[in-house]
Amino acid sequence: MSTAAATHDDHHDHHHAPTGLKRWLFSTNHKDIGTLYLWFSFAMFLVGGFMAMVIRAELLEPGMQFVDPEFFNQMTTVHGLVMVFGAVMPATVGLANWMIPLMIGAPDMALPRMNNWSFWILPFAFGILIFAVLMSAFGAGNPSAPNFGWTFYAPLSTKYGPASTDLFILSVHMMGISSIMGAINVVVTVFNMRAPGMTLMKMPLFVWTWLITAFLLIAVIPVLAGAVTMMLTDRHFGTSFFDAAGGGDPVLFQHVFWFFGHPEVYIMILPSFGIVSAIIPAFARKPLFGYASMVYATASIALLSFVVWAHHMFTVGMPLAGTLFFMYMTMLISVPTGVKVFNWVATMWRGSLTFELPMKWAIAFVILFTCGGLSGLMLAITPVDFQYHDTYFVVAHFHYVLVTGAIFSIFAAAYYWLPKWSGVMPSKLLGELHFWNSLISANLLFFPMHFVGLAGMPRRYADYALQFADYNFWISIGGFWFGLSQVIFLIVAIRCAMKKGEPAPAKPWEGAEGLEWEVPSPAPFHTFDTPPVIK
Amino acid sequence: MATDKYYVPESSPWPLTASIGLCMTAVGGAHFIQQSTMADMAPSFSGKPLFFLGLAWLLVVLALWWRDTIKESVGGLHSNQLGGSYRQGMLWFIFSEVMFFAAFFGAMFYTRWLIIPWLSGEGSGAMTHELLWPNFQAMWPLTETPDGTTTTPMGAWGLPAINTAILLVSSVTLTIAHHALLEGKRGTLILFQAATVVLGVIFLGLQALEYVHAYDMGLTLDAGIYGSLFFLLTGFHGAHVTIGTIFLFITLIRVLKGHFSEDNCFAWEAGAWYWHFVDVVWLFLFVTVYWL
Repeated sequence: MSTAAATHDDHHDHHHAPTGLKRWLFSTNHKDIGTLYLWFSFAMFLVGGFMAMVIRAELLEPGMQFVDPEFFNQMTTVHGLVMVFGAVMPATVGLANWMIPLMIGAPDMALPRMNNWSFWILPFAFGILIFAVLMSAFGAGNPSAPNFGWTFYAPLSTKYGPASTDLFILSVHMMGISSIMGAINVVVTVFNMRAPGMTLMKMPLFVWTWLITAFLLIAVIPVLAGAVTMMLTDRHFGTSFFDAAGGGDPVLFQHVFWFFGHPEVYIMILPSFGIVSAIIPAFARKPLFGYASMVYATASIALLSFVVWAHHMFTVGMPLAGTLFFMYMTMLISVPTGVKVFNWVATMWRGSLTFELPMKWAIAFVILFTCGGLSGLMLAITPVDFQYHDTYFVVAHFHYVLVTGAIFSIFAAAYYWLPKWSGVMPSKLLGELHFWNSLISANLLFFPMHFVGLAGMPRRYADYALQFADYNFWISIGGFWFGLSQVIFLIVAIRCAMKKGEPAPAKPWEGAEGLEWEVPSPAPFHTFDTPPVIK
Repeated sequence: MATDKYYVPESSPWPLTASIGLCMTAVGGAHFIQQSTMADMAPSFSGKPLFFLGLAWLLVVLALWWRDTIKESVGGLHSNQLGGSYRQGMLWFIFSEVMFFAAFFGAMFYTRWLIIPWLSGEGSGAMTHELLWPNFQAMWPLTETPDGTTTTPMGAWGLPAINTAILLVSSVTLTIAHHALLEGKRGTLILFQAATVVLGVIFLGLQALEYVHAYDMGLTLDAGIYGSLFFLLTGFHGAHVTIGTIFLFITLIRVLKGHFSEDNCFAWEAGAWYWHFVDVVWLFLFVTVYWL
């Protein structure tokens, strides 16, 4: 299809790509905004990763080495916040920006200016948060950065929260505004901007998963805003939401938080399902097995995600009926998730498989995400959760789903679509180095956490009992190794941005399907000024 | 779908400048709140001027941004498809607002149905009750908290009932205005929309009066969970009525300037949807906060 490039000049001669700083600062172009999102999220990934390195350095040996426990708590807190809200979520929004208009044959996102606003709020919101950390590390009097864990439970964050908690609250409000606007944009783009003939059940699965993700965002981010608002009024205006003496309850905070927090984990993983569902068929050279069942499974996961939140709170105490309800609902999620995993495996079954870089990451995703899913099933069983709760087993579980799950799939997406974004193929050698080093180090980093967790090592402590020393040494080695491996990706990305590498054809992957491969590489500034024809 | 040509706006400075305003508001606001509620906060800088500067900055930028959008609309650049995007966007935004209120309503029902009974010794709360607050009794509205703060509940059948009637009438006047807009009856439209704006202002005035009355009779923000829920739910509702009134006032000015026609009236309808949304929230508030 050459309509996009051909009609570009005569239709839009008044609307050339702006140049210089203005192009990036004032952009209304989904590709440029997508690029901004992706670079921002990678920068946050490195910042959050650096905090993880501080954590792992302190835990390399028992006893206190580098930081005091107070600063250690700030590191675990801000590491979590930066990775969840700064690295994973903006990366998937960046992918949505770049790919959804290309995949559905739209000229841009439905609301391009609001799209740019969604992005530009983020650097300021994270600037505020990181400023608090820098003040804590180097500022006069070392005022504490947020130190209550990324879940900011009351009363740690209300009665006992440091002064920076208020900055944190308002920065969360800003991130929320950004997320809601970004999500509204995605939903409206998908519902209103599809090319004629692109019916809902013809949409690529990445578009489907993002549509459902966006619905989750619009539904739960306002609840998070409610939670931090109640925190703010409890801290400063004498309300009693989370104070039992006034008739409230600190457990209420956990309910409100996790009503947001559980759908939030699907917000981070559903786009990954879409990515993997694009990549595996391309390198198995077979259509995705069970497309419709994938769509229904994604929707089921999203709906179930609203009624499982209290599985994060089994040890807090809850009536038996509530405990049982949340336990069974949580286990039920493994059914649609299992449908997905089996569909990916069935797509590969008897396919003509080749193992290019995106496929390697995607297969690693399927195996390691399943591993994280199975430990999640263990955690869902209430009686045994009493043993696992707040141990390193939980840390192992959510890092398997978030690092080897979400982040591996984001790397898969980057290697898969970098030719389309930059016009050059990412370096094979560097990519292989990045993949194998990440794969081995991530497992060295996270797998032993299961063992120390089952043996009773609690999370969020700066020190530990001597019997955990050997495992923690290797976990830290894995951590530094994984951290350094990501520098390789930085080089890969910079090389692509500087157009160093083999030029990419319009469709660099033989088995790839979809409208995005019908425009040249790199994709022109404007695509689909006139709608493409959908077969 | 009208898809022969899409409209993609030129690059715009407003998103970035609005973000700067938002950042100033947030940083200034955090310091302002601390400095005005905590005596021991040593100010590194005063938050108050930054907060108000940020707020003013944000309002100016948003006004300029919307001016651009209005110019495009009046200049005929908006296609039916863009109108559809705006409409759907507004509906999803209202859905997000519904969920924001849901957080506070959820907190209220959790308090009424679970926290208060547990604190009075029901279920697994027996020992908490016995050891911490043996004299605490379950009741709603909670007029005496576990730590002994007392307050007076706000009755439903005084000002709140009058306010309910005002909002219901305002919904009717707005609907009449909407029909007048679609039928091109300009006089009726202006009359009934102006009436709606006036009703909104009266509602806000009465709500302010009710707050003064509440503080006089000891129902305050810090009087325990009942006061917390009462003021946050009605306060956020009042804030939304304020936004809705300004919204309707601005679309009224645009009506006077002749901006809308029956097939180009997204902003007008968005304001109307927003108004009906705050009405519905009020009905829930009236029933669950004031009445039952």
